[in-house]
Amino acid sequence: MIPAKLVSVVLGGQLLGIDVAQVQDVIRLGAVSPVPLAPRWIAGVMNLRGRIVTAIDLRARFGLSPRQDRAGSMCVVVEHQGEPYGLIVDDVGDVIDVDPEQIEPNPPTLDRRWQQVSDGIVKLDVLMVLASVRAIMDADLAAAA
Amino acid sequence: MDELLGDFLTETAENLQTVDNEIVLFERDPGNRDVLNNIFRLVHTIKGTCGFLNLPRLERLAHAAETVLGKVRDGQAAVSPAVVSETLAAIDGIKVILAALETSGKEPAGDDEAQIARLNAAIAILETPKVELVPEPVIAAEPDAGAGRGIQSIRVSVALLEQLMTTVSELVLTRNELLQHLRTLKDDRLAVPLQRLSAQVGELQESVMRTRMQPISNAWSALPRLVRSLSVELGKPIELDMQGGETELDRQLLELIKDPLAHMVRNAADHGIETTEQRKAAGKDARGRIVLKAAQEGGHIVITLADDGSGIDVARLKAKAVALRLVTETDAAQLSALQAQRLVFHPGLSTAEQVTSVSGRGVGMDVVRANIEKIGGAIDIESTAGKGTQFTIRIPLTLAILPALIVASGGQRFAVPQMAVVELVRVGANSEHVVEYVNNAAVMRLRGRLLPLIHLGTLLGIGNGRGGGDYVLIARAGNISFGLIVDNIFDTEEVVVKPVAPILKTLSVYSGNAILGDGAVIMILDANGIAASLGIAGESDASDALETPVREVAQETDAMLLFRAGSPHPKAVPLSLVARLEEFDAAAVEWSEGRPVVQYRDALVPLLAVDGALTPRVEGRQPALIFDDGAAIVALMVDEVLDIVDTHVDICMTSDLPARIGTAVIAGRATEILDVAHYLSRAGSAGSIVAEDKGGRRVLIVDDSAFFRNMLKPLLASAGYRAMTAASADEALALRETGEHFDLILSDIEMPGLSGVDFARAVRGDDRWRETPLVALSSLAGEEHVRQGEAAGFDQYVAKFDRSRLLDAVARQLSGEAA
Repeated sequence: MIPAKLVSVVLGGQLLGIDVAQVQDVIRLGAVSPVPLAPRWIAGVMNLRGRIVTAIDLRARFGLSPRQDRAGSMCVVVEHQGEPYGLIVDDVGDVIDVDPEQIEPNPPTLDRRWQQVSDGIVKLDVLMVLASVRAIMDADLAAAA
Repeated sequence: MDELLGDFLTETAENLQTVDNEIVLFERDPGNRDVLNNIFRLVHTIKGTCGFLNLPRLERLAHAAETVLGKVRDGQAAVSPAVVSETLAAIDGIKVILAALETSGKEPAGDDEAQIARLNAAIAILETPKVELVPEPVIAAEPDAGAGRGIQSIRVSVALLEQLMTTVSELVLTRNELLQHLRTLKDDRLAVPLQRLSAQVGELQESVMRTRMQPISNAWSALPRLVRSLSVELGKPIELDMQGGETELDRQLLELIKDPLAHMVRNAADHGIETTEQRKAAGKDARGRIVLKAAQEGGHIVITLADDGSGIDVARLKAKAVALRLVTETDAAQLSALQAQRLVFHPGLSTAEQVTSVSGRGVGMDVVRANIEKIGGAIDIESTAGKGTQFTIRIPLTLAILPALIVASGGQRFAVPQMAVVELVRVGANSEHVVEYVNNAAVMRLRGRLLPLIHLGTLLGIGNGRGGGDYVLIARAGNISFGLIVDNIFDTEEVVVKPVAPILKTLSVYSGNAILGDGAVIMILDANGIAASLGIAGESDASDALETPVREVAQETDAMLLFRAGSPHPKAVPLSLVARLEEFDAAAVEWSEGRPVVQYRDALVPLLAVDGALTPRVEGRQPALIFDDGAAIVALMVDEVLDIVDTHVDICMTSDLPARIGTAVIAGRATEILDVAHYLSRAGSAGSIVAEDKGGRRVLIVDDSAFFRNMLKPLLASAGYRAMTAASADEALALRETGEHFDLILSDIEMPGLSGVDFARAVRGDDRWRETPLVALSSLAGEEHVRQGEAAGFDQYVAKFDRSRLLDAVARQLSGEAA
């Protein structure tokens, strides 16, 4: 299913789009308690107004180098299988409308790790990666990456 | 979904639950018009609403049920089991349609003509004779609950309650922040109102917590109907008496005990209560009785489920357990009645001879027990032959709130449930306790025993290895204790436990997470998970005190120190017999009379080799195990310490070599178990090496642990006694029957079957062994135990591990001196 509206976020200079229907909240990243022994791309757990949200280090998940300082990062809270997860990104932009015509499959040259978590490329003025929340959360996929 | 339809579904679900119970009530008391009117009204409401919402299939079925009930009400038909059964079946049909409505929003395809025909047939039989409703006035008709009380409660959605709970949690955090600011501002004008706000928020929090509580009767509502249908199916009249239904329990727990309870009721009706003929023959009321009770006791809810059936046939249960190889015949014979009854909690043991459609479908009491333990509860059984069986379940009031100890490691905080914490110990320079290392395994001496330790930081990959860690938190997981080394220990805090996200479920070291008072999220450590992840857990995850003896025997473990010395094959000694692990500088090894010695604690200690050939290293460091029995100290040279394993030691092969007890399989490898007594006997001057001739006095060792029997026998032999062993009190008493005579008996206290105390009574109660000195071997030597033992006939108590005191006690008793 192709989403009609995307929240645009920036990660390591690359524009990503996340389906608005899955987004619950956008917040400034607060305190995150690390969870030792968890996969490296799980940043930890945080308190979102009394709910415990698992924070995902999207840079690590996409195989990018970690940011020196997480301060100033943003967090997009999505719901996946009934549980809230916070995707940590560098910045959050506008909500944009997408026409299915604008979406093309991943180019074969795209890094394997990105292939996994991208549902396609949106042709805007700049190119945007259509992020697949389902694939991002798939621990087996992540472990295989 | 249509909001109207949603409301209808919620309301109807509740009404139907009431109808179920009312019909069962009505069958028992057909003269009760109030009950009949209630039922009629409820079904009528359902029918009416269906018409309004345009649900033709549902309407038709409800109409048929209403017609039948109407005829009964008007006296055109009498209440028969068929009428009740068919009405209940029709209500089941309505439930099926409702369930489909809830998921799809539409009535499912199909019709219910067959059911409607059966309903009509049920009254048709009775229409001809035209039985009048029994006109006799109902004696003290049960007052309609809630009638005349006005509205006492309203319906609120669970989602709303959860939201309320969340908001209150946030409010608490905001309050905490305000209080923090007040401390820095020190503004008196704010202090008083803030204090008041603080108290009010606390009260609010408590009230909201209470909204999670529901009467336990909500979990019982399906049971009357269940008993009724079982009663019909099994052809036994059974009465269900429920008491204490108003006892309140956390909503979440309520859901979790529903199924185990239903299963137990089913068992009681099927297996517990006898057939009518059997009951009559036994002179009992033909009607069986199941009593379900609930009450709050402190922080727990106690639920009892009792039947007045035949009780558990202990002999048959034992036979079955033996057939299934859960226990040996000898062990089975030793089980007390209560211990034997607890066998029902073992997988595969169901007492019914036949598998019926009702129960005995492979889901046994073991599953019930597992489910109850999962929510932190416990279950026990008590059965009297011919009188009935009673199960007692204890469960905590709430799962949600957990007192936890907050600790820090590697700069992070973690919560440990108070239940799992046994003790806190400070370690380091200014403390009597120090962390010592065996190879890389950390251990600590605590009250004479070595306790395995784990650096929490290292375990979680956040520590800096060996350094740091000022505190040891001693945790218990099942029957295993271990110490967690942490950097700091803070306060205890009551936390609201939330499950971890599914993505983190694979991490067994956490049992949940929670939000602390300061708003931070904290991970809750799971002691069982930590033990399991380190491979030090016992054979079972059981952590309750209600263990059946079968499992106790299987789980009896000893901590063994594994090492290599002289050959590549692993060797082991009981960790409890190792006083210390030392590494001596090769240069520190001296020679005296052709034997290597080292200076150790101002004394010369012989360096012994496992087998004669080994000589000390000439350079580097020489690791050694120090054995110290108070009188002698020896150092046994080893090449390398391998591990500490908590394991059940079963000597597979005995040995002819003097220094070996035998060979056992430990950690999957054949391991030689060394005889520590042999090495200790080689300490010091030649004088003590040769055992004195004790004239071959005969000593009997009674201990269920093969390990200790094998340990003690050579010890006594090397001291010049002739030792015999018995694996149980019964075995020992059997020796008495064969006319054996001993000069002294050493007996363990904790044994399955006949305990040491009972054994002592049996020994003293018969002329043959009445005068034989009896020495108790026990790891539990509390004053109370000693008094009990002495009253039963023991002459002396000795701690199990204390070799010199043991030999001393044996010598004193044999020479007739008092201890």
